[in-house]
Amino acid sequence: MSDDALPGGERRQLAPPVDESGALGWMRKNLFSSWGNGITTVVLIVAVVWILSGFLDWAVFTANFTASVGSECRGGGACWALIREKYRYIFFGSFPYEQHWRPLFAVIAMLTMLVTSADRRMWNWRLLVIWGLGSFVTFLLMFGQIHIPLSLFLTIALVLGGIGMNLRKAIAEPAEMNAYRALAAIGLVGLVLRITGILPAWSLAIAPFSYVETSLWGGIPVTIILATYGLAFAFPYGVLLALGRRSNLPLIKGLCVGFIELIRGVPLISLLIMASVMLPLFLPSGTTIDKFLRAQVAVILFAGAYIAEVIRGGLQSLPKGQFEAADAMGLNYPQKTLLIILPQAIRVVIPPLINTFIGFFKDTSLVLIIGIFDFLNTANQALVDPNWAGFPGEVYLFAAFVYFIFCFSMSRYSKYLEVELNKGTRR
Amino acid sequence: MAAMAAKAVRDLSGAPSLIELRSVNKWFGQFHVLSDINLDVKEGEKIVVCGPSGSGKSTLIRCINRLEEHQAGDIVVNGVTLSNDVKNIEAIRREVGMVFQSFNLFPHLTILDNLTLAPIWVKKMPKKDAEEIAMALLNRVRIPEQALKYPGQLSGGQQQRVAIARALCMRPKIMLFDEPTSALDPEMVKEVLDVMVELAGEGMTMICVTHEMGFARAVADRVIFMDRGEIVEQNEPEEFFAHPRNERTKLFLGQILHH
Repeated sequence: MSDDALPGGERRQLAPPVDESGALGWMRKNLFSSWGNGITTVVLIVAVVWILSGFLDWAVFTANFTASVGSECRGGGACWALIREKYRYIFFGSFPYEQHWRPLFAVIAMLTMLVTSADRRMWNWRLLVIWGLGSFVTFLLMFGQIHIPLSLFLTIALVLGGIGMNLRKAIAEPAEMNAYRALAAIGLVGLVLRITGILPAWSLAIAPFSYVETSLWGGIPVTIILATYGLAFAFPYGVLLALGRRSNLPLIKGLCVGFIELIRGVPLISLLIMASVMLPLFLPSGTTIDKFLRAQVAVILFAGAYIAEVIRGGLQSLPKGQFEAADAMGLNYPQKTLLIILPQAIRVVIPPLINTFIGFFKDTSLVLIIGIFDFLNTANQALVDPNWAGFPGEVYLFAAFVYFIFCFSMSRYSKYLEVELNKGTRR
Repeated sequence: MAAMAAKAVRDLSGAPSLIELRSVNKWFGQFHVLSDINLDVKEGEKIVVCGPSGSGKSTLIRCINRLEEHQAGDIVVNGVTLSNDVKNIEAIRREVGMVFQSFNLFPHLTILDNLTLAPIWVKKMPKKDAEEIAMALLNRVRIPEQALKYPGQLSGGQQQRVAIARALCMRPKIMLFDEPTSALDPEMVKEVLDVMVELAGEGMTMICVTHEMGFARAVADRVIFMDRGEIVEQNEPEEFFAHPRNERTKLFLGQILHH
């Protein structure tokens, strides 16, 4: 050992033996560690190469990218020309052809909104601004014309005034408090006048483009809207359901349990059909609620019940001591829940939560049952054209590829969240 | 433990009663866990509660800040009667600090955030003031350098000292300790007990459930022995350890003082 001693008294660091480290070492340890493993590895490599070469042959080397009619495409290779012909319909559905830039930018707006929300630094009041702005742009582009009714302005005034009065009570100057009081007063009085009919119905019309009704929407924007707003509203709703289910008050607990079990007990398809077919029976004749809105609400209610159970699992996993320490410090129920309990409960269930999100993103395809054409269904529709009959593989492979991009991104984000939010603990 | 000298007997007769328990009874289902408890704790008094497992000592102090609910009898803390009224409960919890056997620090917050949470949200203190108080207390428990770490990165003894500092941030009148050193390695017990001895020396009213008899001898004005839900015997520490009167007390002391 003294041979290895350096002048400073430290031991010289030797490099590990060559075939124990690096790529060679990894292969030796994991693929060829024994005769059985070695033979299995070789067999599997041969099988993979054989399957892959067959697939690549079909998908790339003998594929047809340029045919203009289906009959030209019968060469035996993949007919990607079908996608080239139909991609506009697959992506945007029956939206007016010349205005396809509108749903394109709507999708870009929503993706921007989602990506900026993902950054932790935005997790404060900025989130409201991002989503408010993003949603406004998205729906302006999709609808083309938005009419903002007076009652919405009045409601916003009331809510802002109320929140300001309550949260800024300790800190604000008298002038600021008066501003909040004035806002709330205007909102309240205005709403009362509006409801009693004294103030006429008025709306702010923003109409830069031509109006496109929701029945013409289709493709990727529909999938993203249904999934994004579905989950954005379902998440807080699910949290409330989970908390309510754990409540000691029998009425609240009963309502929450009943709702969760009822929703979980029926398929989403039946909920969609009920929303679409049965709801108009209960409304006064003549009033209709937009079909797209009905589908959106059904998705929110359905996802909320599942999210509630995931979060309830997280709530149950917390040690009782956390609740006791929060109680002993004098925190009331909202403070205890928002500051101590929910942050920990949600961190613990990030994997199953994102799992639920990914599942629901794909479940949006079920809206076909009520005649809404989201991405998978527009892709399906592309097969109906008699000119291009007989290429289901290409279309579904393409659709799967697009879904994979979205779902895999969510999956990676989940991994990032798990690491970020658990920095202080060993997980 | 040998370093803690025996203390002089103090005269507390003039001090006001901070905690009064009158005929307090509690049942867990059919099991009678607290049996006709009568207790008077004066301001500045330090009480050590000992007894075998299941004797109700933890339940007793948890009833004082309503972590457990008593079914019969009265509990009055700092003049406020403990009842189902949420306002009373919150008023009492603001004056009573508690330290738990399993520390119960909030793992998702830094040490500093753990300490400033209650002052900011319950006392509506501005963040800077709360942080000043928190740092002063961290200095007092001798771990100011850990302020920005997370509880998971601290040792058990450090976590318990943080828990004590966290309870002190609210400037409570009374401190309850529920077996604070029972979950610690022996070498960390001393650092926590030192903090508690200092706290006692500053005049804090303390009720401490513990098995550390050296601590009781050094600090307590009264030692209370509980068994099967009743207060069997209580006395000044010297008398309590030297001349136990009840058979059950003698049995218990025989078991634990042989270590």
